[in-house]
Amino acid sequence: MYAFDVTRPKTVDEAVAALSQEDAQALGGGQTLIPTLKQRLASPSALVSLTGIEDMKGVCQDGDTLVIGGGTTHGTVASEGGAYPALAALASNIGDPAVRNRGTIGGSLANNDPSACYPSAALASNATIVTNSREIAADDYFQGLFTTALDEGEIITSVRFPIPQAANYQKFVQPASRFALVGVFVSKHADGVRVAVTGASEDGVFRWSDAEDALSGNFSPDAVDGLTASADGLMTDLHGDAEYRAHLIKVLTKRAVAACQ
Amino acid sequence: MTKATITVNGKPVTAEIEGRTLLVDFLREKAHKTGTHVGCDTSQCGACVVHVNGVAVKSCTMFAAEADGAEVTTIEGMAGADGSLSAIQAAFQEHHGLQCGFCTPGMIMSASALLKENPKPTEAEIRHYLEGNICRCTGYHNIVKAIMAASGQDVTSIAAE
Repeated sequence: MYAFDVTRPKTVDEAVAALSQEDAQALGGGQTLIPTLKQRLASPSALVSLTGIEDMKGVCQDGDTLVIGGGTTHGTVASEGGAYPALAALASNIGDPAVRNRGTIGGSLANNDPSACYPSAALASNATIVTNSREIAADDYFQGLFTTALDEGEIITSVRFPIPQAANYQKFVQPASRFALVGVFVSKHADGVRVAVTGASEDGVFRWSDAEDALSGNFSPDAVDGLTASADGLMTDLHGDAEYRAHLIKVLTKRAVAACQ
Repeated sequence: MTKATITVNGKPVTAEIEGRTLLVDFLREKAHKTGTHVGCDTSQCGACVVHVNGVAVKSCTMFAAEADGAEVTTIEGMAGADGSLSAIQAAFQEHHGLQCGFCTPGMIMSASALLKENPKPTEAEIRHYLEGNICRCTGYHNIVKAIMAASGQDVTSIAAE
């Protein structure tokens, strides 16, 4: 790693001030950023650790919404997110236990890895990403591979998930990395069904609108039978080609809907 | 350089660190607790698992600066003051849960975290929990058996194949 300073502010305001320095970067749980630094793929002058900000940690229910602090670990979401069972189940299967004890929801969403689990939950749930300066709808937030609507130095302070009538996440695990080879999150709300796909597209998480239309009319696995997910723009790598991933999208969507029944 | 104080197995250790000093380097080079191993250095293998404020973390993927003021338990903190093995360590010995021993400190620390959360895990739960700990010798079978035995469960049903 190149040399850098680490600071641990106690409040969001202190963190925002620290991040205004040139080449400063926010550090969540570090489960992606630290390996990146070791490979010298990033060279910040200062890391602003968000793990000391107590206000950004924890899970609470606000009516029909589950509010999760940006600094909340996957392990905490798994154990305390029971009001939204599909989300807690997703969190309980990210990485491994030690990774879940450090990695945070805000870090995952800010990074927007194309194979990460949380982006699919946020997009399918129509979540709101709350930062130190504004609120961003999930539909506007995810903007491509490792790209989000966040400005330089902007911090995710919490994420608001409307709790759906039914939801399920199906992850086809890439066993070496434990990321999703393909993951599909299906979420049924009063105004329709949303289907978000991670691990598949070269542009990161996306909504499969054909399946959403079909499932909003008939929420059963059969509703997807006549559809084909397009392989255009899907990833091809040594683990699977675009056609294979397209096939998985349909299979996992059906499994997710079946699991909701 | 800044100073950090980390309580390692009950004893405070204060040392100069850089921002980039990893917790595992603090433990091995400043606290001289070399039982915590660096296997992959990429947070895959789990040989460096320690407990920070009671929860299992990979110490190669956490900065020492972030553990300033924290309580850390390493493999050296698992045995009794008289050197007697903990129940999990004794079960690893009894059931041949190690061969070369390189992964063992991480395995013991993960197993201990598991049994704290789930005192009577099933075989499947143990295997799932150990996803982040890699062993290249044993094939995992006797590790799983040792953890079941340490939790006071009958292990005759998972006899070696």
